[in-house]
Amino acid sequence: MTQLYHFHGGVHPPTHKALSVRSPIATPPLPSKLVIPFHQHVGSMAKPLVQAGDYVFKGQLIGMPEDGLSSAIHASTSGTIAEIGMQVVAHASGLPDLCATLIPDGKEAWVVREQRNPITLPIDEIRHILRLAGIVGLGGAVFPSDAKLRGGKHHVRTIVLNGAECEPYITCDDMLMRQRARDIVRGGDIIRRVLGADEVLIGIEDNKPQAIAMMQEACVDRSSMRVIAVPTLYPGGGAKQLIRVLTGIEVAAGVRSTDKGVQCFNVATAYSIYRAVAFSEPLLSRIVTVTGNVHKPQNFEVLIGTPVDELVAWAGGKPDTTHHIMGGPMMGVPLPNDQVSVVKACNCIIAASDALFPPAPPAMPCIRCTRCAEVCPQELQPQDLYWFAKSKNFGKAQEFHLFDCIECGACSYVCPSHIPLVQYYRFAKSEIWARDNDKKAADQARERHEFREYRIEREKQEKADKLAAKEKAALAAKPAASDDAQQKIQAALAVAKQQAVTPKNVSDLTPQQQAEIADIEARRANNQARAQSDAGT
Amino acid sequence: MISALLVMAGIAIVLGAVLGFAAIKFRVEGNPLVDKIDAVLPQTQCGQCGFPGCKPYATAIAAEEADINCCPPGGEEGIRKLAELLNKEFKPFGDNAKPKPKAVAYIDENTCIGCTLCIQACPVDAIVGAAKQMHTIIAADCTGCELCLAPCPVDCIAMNPIEETLSVWKWKYPVYALSPTP
Repeated sequence: MTQLYHFHGGVHPPTHKALSVRSPIATPPLPSKLVIPFHQHVGSMAKPLVQAGDYVFKGQLIGMPEDGLSSAIHASTSGTIAEIGMQVVAHASGLPDLCATLIPDGKEAWVVREQRNPITLPIDEIRHILRLAGIVGLGGAVFPSDAKLRGGKHHVRTIVLNGAECEPYITCDDMLMRQRARDIVRGGDIIRRVLGADEVLIGIEDNKPQAIAMMQEACVDRSSMRVIAVPTLYPGGGAKQLIRVLTGIEVAAGVRSTDKGVQCFNVATAYSIYRAVAFSEPLLSRIVTVTGNVHKPQNFEVLIGTPVDELVAWAGGKPDTTHHIMGGPMMGVPLPNDQVSVVKACNCIIAASDALFPPAPPAMPCIRCTRCAEVCPQELQPQDLYWFAKSKNFGKAQEFHLFDCIECGACSYVCPSHIPLVQYYRFAKSEIWARDNDKKAADQARERHEFREYRIEREKQEKADKLAAKEKAALAAKPAASDDAQQKIQAALAVAKQQAVTPKNVSDLTPQQQAEIADIEARRANNQARAQSDAGT
Repeated sequence: MISALLVMAGIAIVLGAVLGFAAIKFRVEGNPLVDKIDAVLPQTQCGQCGFPGCKPYATAIAAEEADINCCPPGGEEGIRKLAELLNKEFKPFGDNAKPKPKAVAYIDENTCIGCTLCIQACPVDAIVGAAKQMHTIIAADCTGCELCLAPCPVDCIAMNPIEETLSVWKWKYPVYALSPTP
């Protein structure tokens, strides 16, 4: 018997799981249309490869993963692409996103597939296959699996396969483990091989005895793989909580579980990994629990892109349904309308009615009873976080580890004042992210502005320097020029001297003219002498 | 008596020398308050405050030559942050300075004549183009300052408000009734 550990807090909400496990997983007929969003995963949006009017085969790549963290998108069945455009997607915001609308032709004509042996396939190729097969974490986080299988600096010793499925109403993993245990275990083998781990621990809550039995039977011949029944306690299916219960390792704030040598995968992800690697089947469908206010609550193998209203109609939706919830009652989000489509993250559709989910009683002021702190699985102080989020004191909220909150809803569940605590935390988190982005944008703008100022200054300086250099050059050239001019003048003067022209009116004079000149000169001399003698007296 | 005076004077001289040395050695370059104010400002460099950019406005605030309510892009929250930083009273925006929704400039490429006037006006170099070549905005770097609108001789630049998309969507502040409504 393995030693199990405890995580802090936890609650016991009514499970309502028996509703949807009475009949096996059903395959509904093809829907009238499929609306496939191009962004169903963490990371950047896949780049559309098809245009309206194109014919696509089942499993054909229609969205190419961008560089970095991204994943591929495929046509869930064969048919014609009717439109590539913005449509409302299954998201709490009710905002549109880029989707491909596919009209099925009913032939289910596959692309060429090949069978591979996962034991001999090179590890790099497995990652590449998973990336192009659009395999993402199906527990709800939709993180691309190829990135998770890349490993890090730390060697992963333990793989945790998460079959806990703690949230009320949801039974998709339970049914998958009951019916397809062998393929899940084979997926676990692939994960173990890629990460080079020593052991695989399959954690299943003890309220699923049939799933535990099937999984135990499937991995009976594997010494490195163990199925461990964990006590039923919400949120025992949270990755950090399950790792804590199975291994005793506490994954601290801001630390990844890989740093501690543990990596956690959902059982449905392991199943999809096996199908993708061994049969080159991309992620075209997933098991979805349809439950709540329906006649036949059941699990369906639903093609990605199936409209929720058609899916609920197959389960026999009742007319007094007010809205639909994607996910469970604790962490799920209400869908903006019934026409949105099933995405990779959608594990459960609950038809809600006022009888099933009566409107929350009015919230009362917080009385600081700290019952939320008692049940918080992350050992936070929800009453303080609530206070800081409400007063928009985000710095303080971060100091109190707001980002460790997994939004499990245990605090809201026990709150005697019926305060929607998680809504406050979600608000505070997205506000902090937005501010961080604004700050980054402002810093970049500052940098760009400062560089522009510097550039303008530099250009001015360069211009001034150029001008100065030109002037200097001109000044240096000038003395030479003036010398030249002086020389010319001197030369002209010399020539003039050489020629030494005497006035023309002093040559060839008649004796009479000479006598007149002598007379004038004598008179001038006389006058000068007189003037001198006058000055003397 | 004399010796006491000498001792005190000696201590004063030594301490004075230490202080003088420290003042030179540990001199703070620039005004740290200006940088703190500048960090709060949104860096749109739009000049709506009447100063040629965010840094000059920050310098003016630090010198108490400008009010803290002259920056519409910063919003009321910007004023609140400045008031907190400077220990001042919150002051609402005047009538002529109201915050507008965030926007990004867009050049109608059919009308653009390639005059480069907007490129010279852009404070963050977010417009690319060359003389007699079509210009375009680098939307990711545009701060929405509107400084490119005025110089455009053919009025081909428009300000498009940033629409809410999935990537920028935020959870709203929870609104619910505190007591049952009759």
